[in-house]
Amino acid sequence: MLGKTAGGLYWMFRFLERAENTARLVEAGFRIALTRSNDPVSEWKSVIVTSAAQMAYEAKHDGYDSSQVIDFLLRDSDNPSSVQSVIKSARDNARLVRTALTTEVWSAVNETWMLLADRLRHPVSETDLPEVLAAIRQQSALVRGALHGTMLRNDIYDFCRLGTFIERMDSTARIIDVKYYALLPSPSFVGSRMDNVQWETILRSVSAHRSFRWAVDGDYNAPNIAQFLILDRRMPRSLAFCAGTIEENLTYLAKQYGDEKQSLVLARSLQKRLRDRDIQAIFEEGLHEFLMAVINDIAQIGMQIEHDYRFNA
Amino acid sequence: MGSEDNFFNELQGDGGVRAPYSNYNAWFAEQDTTRLQTKSKEAEAFFRRSGITFNVYGQSDAEERLIPFDLVPRILSNTEWSRLAKGIEQRVRGINAFLHDLYNRQEIISAGIVPKRLIAKNDAFLPQMIDFTPPGGVYTHIVGTDIVRTGENDFYVLEDNARTPSGVSYMLENRETMLQMFPELFSKIKIQRVSDYPKNLRRSLEAAAPTHCDGRPCVVVLTPGIHNSAYYEHSFLADQMGVELVEGHDLRVVDGHIAMRTTKGYKTIDVIYRRVDDDFLDPLTFNPNSMLGVPGIMDIYRAGNITIANAPGTGVADDKAIYSYMPEIVEFYTGEKPILKNVQTFRCADPDTLQYVLENLADLVVKEVHGSGGYGMLVGPAASKTELADFAQKLKNNPSNYIAQPTLSLSTVPIFTEAGLAPRHVDLRPFALVSPGGVDIVPGGLTRVALTEGSLVVNSSQGGGTKDTWVLED
Repeated sequence: MLGKTAGGLYWMFRFLERAENTARLVEAGFRIALTRSNDPVSEWKSVIVTSAAQMAYEAKHDGYDSSQVIDFLLRDSDNPSSVQSVIKSARDNARLVRTALTTEVWSAVNETWMLLADRLRHPVSETDLPEVLAAIRQQSALVRGALHGTMLRNDIYDFCRLGTFIERMDSTARIIDVKYYALLPSPSFVGSRMDNVQWETILRSVSAHRSFRWAVDGDYNAPNIAQFLILDRRMPRSLAFCAGTIEENLTYLAKQYGDEKQSLVLARSLQKRLRDRDIQAIFEEGLHEFLMAVINDIAQIGMQIEHDYRFNA
Repeated sequence: MGSEDNFFNELQGDGGVRAPYSNYNAWFAEQDTTRLQTKSKEAEAFFRRSGITFNVYGQSDAEERLIPFDLVPRILSNTEWSRLAKGIEQRVRGINAFLHDLYNRQEIISAGIVPKRLIAKNDAFLPQMIDFTPPGGVYTHIVGTDIVRTGENDFYVLEDNARTPSGVSYMLENRETMLQMFPELFSKIKIQRVSDYPKNLRRSLEAAAPTHCDGRPCVVVLTPGIHNSAYYEHSFLADQMGVELVEGHDLRVVDGHIAMRTTKGYKTIDVIYRRVDDDFLDPLTFNPNSMLGVPGIMDIYRAGNITIANAPGTGVADDKAIYSYMPEIVEFYTGEKPILKNVQTFRCADPDTLQYVLENLADLVVKEVHGSGGYGMLVGPAASKTELADFAQKLKNNPSNYIAQPTLSLSTVPIFTEAGLAPRHVDLRPFALVSPGGVDIVPGGLTRVALTEGSLVVNSSQGGGTKDTWVLED
């Protein structure tokens, strides 16, 4: 496979994952702003910070008005991470690697781009927002379904999965980090009303407000939520799950190519930081420091993959 | 413009429906028009969803467009086709011999048949190709000959397209679409297959690999990238052949060969089917600003370690000034009378001819010698007085840049409209594959159709559409 093709696959799936994550952030922000928050401005601000777009946003807008934030995150072409921008980038990458994709995967991506370009042509009203966000989620599911159902399990598939999970792990780590203070154990272990709002935001941002109740039997407190999002391997957006999948796919590549690369070494050591840990030890290390280290490690692994598999000349 | 009666109608002859169309016509008569309209819309949605689009330069809002597809096939009998195919093969052989001669002994110039100045002053003539023979002696691995019909037995070659002809993906996709839409037609009417084209293309390219290449030659398609107007076709052909689609920055010179950057390191390649123009092929030899090519590829080529298809410098054989000498060229190398006719061509470089062209501008079609895609041409009978005057000025400023031809009475075939079948003008681009073993022509080709009533311009960039082209079995 061409190095460029591997890079195209990896970025295509990073961008698709980013579109889905951004939609989920908007969804959580919108819901909290509507139902729970006394302070929607700081809610929207933290959404922008989480999506790593604060500079770009503040260059354009003075305040954190909800319709401005939503527009910026969904359709602003000046925001390279807006859903519209990343779907276009995903589709450009799909065209680039067209020969590596099945017709089903290509058509799903192309359709997604056509459908969302149409839905996002004009600003999205509050009335239409739930439907548009649902469309983004459904389209991601369609592409993912086509990938799982039709692609050979070879190196092509591994690069797709690496893109997905590098992006997802980075996103989950940022979501937790922006609100890490709400997850620190308070002396009473009983969340204030404020904490409860923050916890709900975090769980909704990773679509886990329901699965958390099932998995942890509803014991709603900071250490349980942190444990769930960071260390629980049953949770497909947790840091531990993502790190496990990244290591797994790099291991498949090493086996296929008969050559262990530096990226696998890095992934193993990241995996180690998340395996056999308990959340108390992480609190003692410092939750924020821990998360910063994880975000840094993911970026390192991403760059190392690009280098190891010759994405660029 | 004259009435449509002056044009050869491929559906309706003097004695009613012409034989090649009889079965189709009978089927069509039984169809429900509303159902066909639905089918037509479905076809468009299918093209859109599959991304079978082309980019139009300088139009950012409508960045990707569809070439309109018409659901009525253009039908040729096997007899008509056989004669056409023979004529194309003869012409393609002539062109290859001509190129070899031009870059080596130049006998045709010594014989006084083609004037030296046409070659010496020709930008498409590449001195780098002098005294060099490409692997297998093949210059034009792929040729797309543009043919128009004016009567029952009158076929004219309009252009030879010996550089990097495009459109074959539409030939294949149009057939696929027809098979999906009207499977019953294909069980009723026996049509020759076009679907072997990608397999044959790969085999043909492999056969032209450098002679010392071990094992199965490694073939790639070289594209300028996703923003190129024909990118869809590049990715389609690579996919259908099962070979890598590369860009210039995927390639480099490694140990005297061209190699592509893979996830496992550099891998040597043997044959490049390039869809990049000569000028951009090698920044060390041609345009130094080119980001699309491979620095040093011409040295590797001249050392015989890579096949470039088509060979650099083939453009000298298909420019519109050389075109006028084609009948003599074909006869000079094949020793046979040309089977296909050439359109009478006025070379504006000649002062007397220029005068004639200027006086008759309203009746002529004027083209740039190196133009393509229908850009920069004048269709006299369809032009306004201002357009004629403007063009006359251009001609006077740079006469050798232009040739003129009489307006041809392009044949019509029916298209499907809301009011039923209606005749529109068409041309035909069959595709010939040349390998050291011979010439292979896929039975069919790309039929382009001018969708506007009375229009003679079929180019997709100028509002033309396409249709499936059937060659019947006997």
